[in-house]
Amino acid sequence: MPDDVKSADIKEFKYVGKRNPRPDGVDKVTGRAKYGADLLLPGMLYGRVLRSPHAHAKIISIDASEALKLAGVKAVVTRDDFKDLPKAQPPFGPMIHDAADVTRNIIAREKALYDGHAVAAVAATSEAIAKKALKLIKVEYEVLPHVIDPVDAMKDDAPILHEDQFTVGVEPKPSKPSNVFRVMKAEKGDVEKGFAEADIIIDREFKTAAVHQGYIEPHACVANASEDGSAELWCSTQGQFNFRAVCATVLGMPVGKLKVTSSEIGGGFGGKLPVYGEPLAIRLSQKAHRPVKMVMTRDEVFRSTGPTSGSHVRIKIGAKNDGRIVAAEGVLTYQAGAFKGAGLAAAIGCMFSEYDLENIRIVGYDVCVNRPKVAAYRAPGVPMAAFGVEGVINEIATKLSIDPVDIRLKNAAKQGTVNVSGIKYGPIGFIQMLEAVKAHPHYNAPLGKNQGRGFAAGYWMHAGGMSCATLNVQDDGTVNLLEGNPDIGGSRASMAAMVAEELGIPYDKVRVTIADTASLGFTLFTAGSRVTYATGMAVVEAARNAIKVCCDRAAAAWGVTPDQVKWEEGHAKPASANVGDFAPMSLSELAKKAPMMGGPIAGHAEINATGQGPAIGAHLVDVETDPETGFVKLLRYTVFQDVGCAISPDYVEGQMQGGAVQGLGWALNEEYVYNAKGQLQNAGFLDYRMPVASDVPMIDTVMIEEPNPNHPYGVRGVGETPIVPPQAAVINAVENSVGLRLSELPMSPPKLLKAIEDGRLKKAAE
Amino acid sequence: MSRHHVTTTINGDNVEFLCDTEQSLLDCIRNELHMTGTKEGCGTGDCGACSIMLDGRLVCSCLALGVEAEGKEIMTIEGMAQGDELHPLQENFIKFAALQCGICTPGVLIAARALLEKNPDPTETEVRFWLAGNLCRCTGYDKIIRAVMATAAQLRATA
Repeated sequence: MPDDVKSADIKEFKYVGKRNPRPDGVDKVTGRAKYGADLLLPGMLYGRVLRSPHAHAKIISIDASEALKLAGVKAVVTRDDFKDLPKAQPPFGPMIHDAADVTRNIIAREKALYDGHAVAAVAATSEAIAKKALKLIKVEYEVLPHVIDPVDAMKDDAPILHEDQFTVGVEPKPSKPSNVFRVMKAEKGDVEKGFAEADIIIDREFKTAAVHQGYIEPHACVANASEDGSAELWCSTQGQFNFRAVCATVLGMPVGKLKVTSSEIGGGFGGKLPVYGEPLAIRLSQKAHRPVKMVMTRDEVFRSTGPTSGSHVRIKIGAKNDGRIVAAEGVLTYQAGAFKGAGLAAAIGCMFSEYDLENIRIVGYDVCVNRPKVAAYRAPGVPMAAFGVEGVINEIATKLSIDPVDIRLKNAAKQGTVNVSGIKYGPIGFIQMLEAVKAHPHYNAPLGKNQGRGFAAGYWMHAGGMSCATLNVQDDGTVNLLEGNPDIGGSRASMAAMVAEELGIPYDKVRVTIADTASLGFTLFTAGSRVTYATGMAVVEAARNAIKVCCDRAAAAWGVTPDQVKWEEGHAKPASANVGDFAPMSLSELAKKAPMMGGPIAGHAEINATGQGPAIGAHLVDVETDPETGFVKLLRYTVFQDVGCAISPDYVEGQMQGGAVQGLGWALNEEYVYNAKGQLQNAGFLDYRMPVASDVPMIDTVMIEEPNPNHPYGVRGVGETPIVPPQAAVINAVENSVGLRLSELPMSPPKLLKAIEDGRLKKAAE
Repeated sequence: MSRHHVTTTINGDNVEFLCDTEQSLLDCIRNELHMTGTKEGCGTGDCGACSIMLDGRLVCSCLALGVEAEGKEIMTIEGMAQGDELHPLQENFIKFAALQCGICTPGVLIAARALLEKNPDPTETEVRFWLAGNLCRCTGYDKIIRAVMATAAQLRATA
């Protein structure tokens, strides 16, 4: 593997930056680790959800009386068991604008708005009885016309999902309801002037299908409500504190009455940020006075939980003959699903952001359609826009006969660049990365017949936010760290490495526990690539606060002032020879003597992190296209990314590889397929074909480490960026292999074959 | 409707359970025997998270019935380590960071073990096609394939 590129500012550490075994490794390879569906409680009931078979229908009546008569059925809930909530932003969750929507998404009220929309739920003594009971619930629907595509949904005669929704962001204020929730705009400089100066202008339309996050663990929870009004919820979630807030709001419970424990989480990628069955399970448990377990089937996961937006994207870019971009414009039309809130804000914030451009204009449309409400999916909203932007830049490079890396070097963002959102960059490693791409053996490797190479870049802004950490030193000198982020991809290892580094103790002396909501202060979800950055900062601060306690204790024991004591290699030592001749005191010594020296040793931190640095990635891919079948074989793949500082290089590479392969599925295979009635046709892994091991080659990685000065170890965050470039990179490679321009995802074999045949016909006609 | 009484062997232990006719073996292992190391990702045989060995054959336990376990020998992830000794595949999955969320890991390990018993010297392509029935959404498969290949080499060297 070629060398990673390390900035001179990256120091050598004992544990940070090393390939330490993850603390939860043994539990996860032996089957001990407990995921959402793995909790069994005595007397537990099984919950099941009845879902709408209609894409759009008025719910006239729901009659559960027959179901309740079935032996073993203990409770049923419908819309009548949940209070309506005001149309106001609740204090939780990304891409959620309205508590009224949240309560309608977990269980339909006036209307069912998509195939798979929850209508009622049952708790029974067995799964089989619960399933039988669902069939006894009578729901009377009045089926309404539906709309699946966002462009259709914007037409004047489109069926309207929400009669009380009037487009925000247009003047004058509209008098007719619309499926367009809002129009968002962002502008920098003067695009008209820029286009007037351009030597070449390319204006293209692109289309991408809705794709699912595809985590292997279905949503699962166990709710246990007490007669005293409190309740406990065990669930697979990306944020136990956010789930507590949402469930408490929806159920009308005081937050303090609900304790949420996050199980191990079997993948999320943004899809386990919203609540679905959890409030239903709690309400069922309250009614049945028994614990209720609720696990989705795979069919329910596809039909009812968040895919990301399908999109129509228009990109217009103007450049000078030397490749310098002078104007860039984007129009994004994104599906929100049944309720407002597509990933437009992030898309607009990240679009064109890896480039240093004078003139930008972006307009985005957030459009409701009769599909499940979209959820975040890794760099939410960004890949669809990037697919268009990178595609057009590649086309300009080809037309101007400029190397695709060189055109990016000509326009690359650097320290001091201000993006369309007004964010001014600190040090970022895009230029180093592009140089690493050119120097990489992959870049100039020979290609065979029907083979093509593609290249694209991508950007993600990252998230900071609230995090808490508590670090308790045990009497034997080992450390218990409590933090609040479910560990999706090995974050315990990063936290343990940072604590071991700070305290100067062996890595395996640190035990990391993911705290429930009753054991730690509010910590924002595991999302946005924020955990190693923000929670990592809290963890480092907690460790430093514990060190301060240790130094104070040593100072008191030696009769000196605290500033005369330093912490080094796991020991309190005199800060200089002038302080006196005192034997260093180790953490274990201080811990052992703690009862005589002031009591237990702990460190806390409660922070609201800012200063997260963006991360840019660039992907290089080789494909071979079969002109007879339209099948695309992936031959070689290399991911380059500015990762700031890789605390756990193994898991940083893992993020780069996993994100890339998700992007490949998005590019070549995956899509939501609806029939004429608006029913999902491929709600299973067999028909919704995600990449399997034999579809992909090894994914090589090159980490560029340009540290983020705002984090004690230089962390940027890693996980989101790698899903941004693959779509454009692989389509670019396919284009180069067949000599055609392509603009639609997924580029599945039938579609590509048709494009190839149309191209042949066109050529023959000429 | 009376339930079926099934006597079987799991990881060398004789066990009995009661099940309904239509209950899957996966459901019996998880919910009747409370062994939750075997995971359910789809219930339709498409993801491989529920992989077990049934009389020496690699199967998706969601596609077998509980009653089919009568008189058979089952091996699950809980039986892969021997006492304190992890199986070399388990050790290498940790060493090579071949898991992220870990939900597919038990199934992948069972399937990989079955491969190496059949074919101690697989090519990368053979490993990829053998594991094509085990979906992983986190890793992009790279580190899984490396861990399996390294284990095969290690087992050949010590054989």
